[in-house]
Amino acid sequence: MVRVDGSGNGSSLVRVRGLDKKYQRGSEEIHVLQGLNLDVDRGDFVAFMGPSGSGKTTLLNLLGGLDLPTRGTITVAGDEITHLSGGKLTTWRARHVGFIFQMYNLIPVLTAFQNVELPLLLTRLSKSERKQHVETALQVVGLGDRMHHYPRQLSGGQEQRVAIARAIVADPTFLLCDEPTGDLDRKSADEIMDLIDRLVAEHGKTVLLVTHDPVAAARAHTLLHLDKGVLVEAHRAGSTAGGRN
Amino acid sequence: MKYRHLIIANLFRKKIRTTLTLGSFAVALFLFGLLAIVRGAFSQGLEVAGSDRLVVVNKVSIIQPLPVAYQQRLERIPGIKEVTHNNWFGGIYQDPKNFFAQFAIDDDTFHSMYPEFVIPGDQWQSYKQDREGAVAGVKLAQRFGWKVGDRIPIKGTIFPGTWEFNLRAIYSGRRPADDTNQFWFHYKYLEERENTYWHGLVGWYVVKVNNPDDAVKIAKTIDTTFANSPWETKTDTEKAFAASFVKQMGNISFLIMSIGAVVFFTLLLVAGNTMAIAVRERIRELAVLKAVGFSDNFVLLLVVFESVVVAAIGGAVGLTLAKLLSLRGDPTGGLLPFFYLPPQAVAAGAVLAVAVGLAAGIWPAYSAGRLRVVDALRRV
Repeated sequence: MVRVDGSGNGSSLVRVRGLDKKYQRGSEEIHVLQGLNLDVDRGDFVAFMGPSGSGKTTLLNLLGGLDLPTRGTITVAGDEITHLSGGKLTTWRARHVGFIFQMYNLIPVLTAFQNVELPLLLTRLSKSERKQHVETALQVVGLGDRMHHYPRQLSGGQEQRVAIARAIVADPTFLLCDEPTGDLDRKSADEIMDLIDRLVAEHGKTVLLVTHDPVAAARAHTLLHLDKGVLVEAHRAGSTAGGRN
Repeated sequence: MKYRHLIIANLFRKKIRTTLTLGSFAVALFLFGLLAIVRGAFSQGLEVAGSDRLVVVNKVSIIQPLPVAYQQRLERIPGIKEVTHNNWFGGIYQDPKNFFAQFAIDDDTFHSMYPEFVIPGDQWQSYKQDREGAVAGVKLAQRFGWKVGDRIPIKGTIFPGTWEFNLRAIYSGRRPADDTNQFWFHYKYLEERENTYWHGLVGWYVVKVNNPDDAVKIAKTIDTTFANSPWETKTDTEKAFAASFVKQMGNISFLIMSIGAVVFFTLLLVAGNTMAIAVRERIRELAVLKAVGFSDNFVLLLVVFESVVVAAIGGAVGLTLAKLLSLRGDPTGGLLPFFYLPPQAVAAGAVLAVAVGLAAGIWPAYSAGRLRVVDALRRV
C-alpha cells in the first residue's frame, strides 16, 4: 500500500514525513521538495514521474541516503536515516539500498563478476560465499554466461543487467532505480522492466523507480506524480489513485 | 586482500600513463642512486674514518712535512695508544689519467693502525722482506690487472725518477666502503732514495687514542706540545681531516642535495598532476563506490594506495638499475675512488619514493574522499 497523505501507520517499510529540500543557487533559493509525505510497504513497486526539475532524483537520493533533507524525516525499516552521520549513513546504505542508475555506472576496468562483487566486499562473506552470491545474482539477471566480460564487451541492456545484479547481490531492503531504461532502446528497456517486474513478483523486492518513460511507469503497482516538489497525485498505474494493481 | 583486483585494475586502466609515471619514478630514483654513489665517493673517507684516530699535519699546510722524530714524542703523550706516519708520493703509473693514491708507510706501525685492511699474512711478510715491495688494494689491482709478483714502475712527480716496485701483497677491506684503491710501499725505501731532500721527514702522523672520548683533548695537547717550534702541528680527528678534503672540492653534498631536491620536486609535480587527472577521470566511479557503501576513508586510501604502489614499483626499478650499475664497477675508469651504492642509500631512496608517492596522491585522494555522491553522479 502506498500513501502520500501521511496517514500510513508505523508498519510501512519506507516512511517519509514533512520532507523538505532546498538548494541555494547563488542568491536564489530553490525549493525542490516541499513537505512531502510518503509511505511504501514491503514488496511495493512505485514509480515516480514528473517533469525535469520536479525533484524525482532528489527524492530518490534522499531515500537512498545519498543526500540529506533540509527538513523532515525518512524512516526505512524502522531506522530513521535523516539523523545518521556520514559514516553510519554509508554503512546503512551498504546494507539496505540497491542503486540502479540510468548510465549503469559500472567500473569499466572490472569484469561483470567483479562489478557485482563490489557490495559484497563490504561484508564478512568468504571468497567462496561471495562467488556463490555473485553467480546467483548474475544468473537471476540472465548473464550467467557473461561473468568474465568487461562492460565494454556487453550491450547497453546487458550492462544494465549487470548493474541490477550489483544492486541485488547483497539482498538490500529496497531498490532505487533512477531512469534505468533511459539510455536503452525499447526492446532492451522492456527486458529490463521485465526483470524488475520479476524481482518484485518472484523475489519480493521493494522497488522505487524514477522514470520519464510512461511504458516503464505503467509496470509499477503505483504511479506517483511529482510536480514542483509536491506529490500531487497518486493513482494505480493505468487506473485510479490509491494502491496496488 | 579482497580489494586487490580493484587496485590492480585501476593501475592498468591507462597502461601508457601508468608506464610513464612508473618511468618517471624509475628515472628519478636511478638518478638518486647515482647521486648517492657520487656523494659516497666523495664522503667515503668520512664514513670509514676511525673515531679513535687523529691526523697530525704540519700547521702551515698538509704538503709541508713533519720531523720523523715527532713519532717518539707523540708516543709519550698520555692517552695515545700508537702512532704511525704516512707520506704522499704522488707518482704516475703509465699515464697521468691513471690516478691513484700512493703512500710510503711505516711497516712496523701501519698494519695495526688500520685493522680494517686485511692482508694475507704470508703476503705481508713477503712485502716486508722486499725493499722494493709494495701492497695494492684489491680494486686497484683489478683495475690494472695486477697480480702478486708483478713489477710496477711509477714515475715520481714530487720525488723524481722512475720508481720500480714489486707487488708483494694485495689487501682488501672489511667493509664495503673501505678504500681498496691505494698503493703502499716502504717509507724506508723512500727515505733511502731521497736521503738528502726527504731525510728525517714524514708527510703526516696518524695517532690512535685509547679512548675516543678524549680525542679532542688529546688533539689539543699534541698541538700545544709542538707549538712555537719550527714544525707546528694541526691535529684533527680522522673524520674532520677527511671532511676538509671533501670541502676542498666544494660543497659536494649541497650540490648533490640541490640536484636531488629539484628532481624530486619535479617528480612530485608530475606524479601529483597525473594522480589528479586519474581521479578526475573516474569521479563517477568513485561516487558509485561510495553509493554502494564504500566509506570516504576507503576511497581516500584507495587513491593514496594506487599512488604509493606506482611510486614503489617505479622506485624499485630505478634503485635496482642503480645498484646493478654500481655492481658493474666504476665506469669512470678510476676517477672516483669508490663506486658503491650502500644499503642505507637504497633504503633512503625507497622511503623517498614512497613519500613522494604519498605526497602526490594525498591531495587527489583527499578530494576523492570528500566527494559528494550526488554532485559526482550529476556530472556527465
